[in-house]
Amino acid sequence: MSGPNEHHIVPLKTFLGVFATLMFLTVMTVVVAQFHFGAWNTVVAMAIASLKAFFVLAYFMHLKYDDKVFLVGFLLSIFFLIVMYFFSVLDISTRPVLNGIL
Amino acid sequence: MSTANTTEYHHHTAHHFDSADAEYRASKLGLWVFLMTEILMFGGLFVGYIIYHQKMPETFAAGSKFLDWKLGSLNTVILIFSSLTMALSIYYAQIGKKAMVLYNLYITFFCGVGFMVVKSIEYSHKIHDGLLPGSLFHHAAEAGSAGVAHLPIYFSFYFVMTGLHGSHVLVGMGLIAWLIVRAHKGHFGPQYYTPLECVGLFWHLVDLIWIYLFPLLYLVG
Repeated sequence: MSGPNEHHIVPLKTFLGVFATLMFLTVMTVVVAQFHFGAWNTVVAMAIASLKAFFVLAYFMHLKYDDKVFLVGFLLSIFFLIVMYFFSVLDISTRPVLNGIL
Repeated sequence: MSTANTTEYHHHTAHHFDSADAEYRASKLGLWVFLMTEILMFGGLFVGYIIYHQKMPETFAAGSKFLDWKLGSLNTVILIFSSLTMALSIYYAQIGKKAMVLYNLYITFFCGVGFMVVKSIEYSHKIHDGLLPGSLFHHAAEAGSAGVAHLPIYFSFYFVMTGLHGSHVLVGMGLIAWLIVRAHKGHFGPQYYTPLECVGLFWHLVDLIWIYLFPLLYLVG
């Protein structure tokens, strides 16, 4: 069994590269929001945010290097989030409109 | 800022673990389970947000006009930078540079202070203008303009989501302050940095949530 001193050490250069990428993507988020793609604005914004999330999770939170059990746990929580979203949308979009907004 | 101790700190693995590595892995697994509950807690709010956004896009577009995207961007930069310094504090613990661990923890802490200062500027502005959630809303928005009728709903989402996120930043700052105290005592090095790792994971998750909150609240078209 390996000791803690044998954990993977992410090189300094990788962290700085990830930081630069995140800064670039933040600028992109703001720039893209100036254009009007209608409903696509939210999709584009979420796509960029998810790309940023990938870099934070993979490098800052070490999911890329760690034991895969942490990655599986994270993906499970996202899966159940999608389940919650799916059934909520299914419910609300199939309700007969009586009054009010929902 | 001296980390020189006459007696070197040595972390004792709790007796119910086979090895220091087993303890490290168990601590991390426990923290990840906690992060999963955090994702589901914030996730509920995100699901609510997306559904209401689809139901009344004009309201959310009108509401986001009341937010200053420059302050939101500034806070995004602050949080991402603090995530970098948090990650670096672990990196320097792994290679045994204790002074650099401390510097990076201090920078991370003060980034948290900076974030909360910007947040409080935004909040006091909204409170002054009566842009408040639900029935507390009393802003004199021009009647007749699209979506204004449901603005209190937008600000309910704004205050609940940023409020819950802000309280997480405060908790994270408290934990980082605790790490600073321990780092001053020279507790962290290549052999033992579990608290740095766990608080770091929490801090990155708070950053992660803000990465989604920023475009959703400030930049809706």
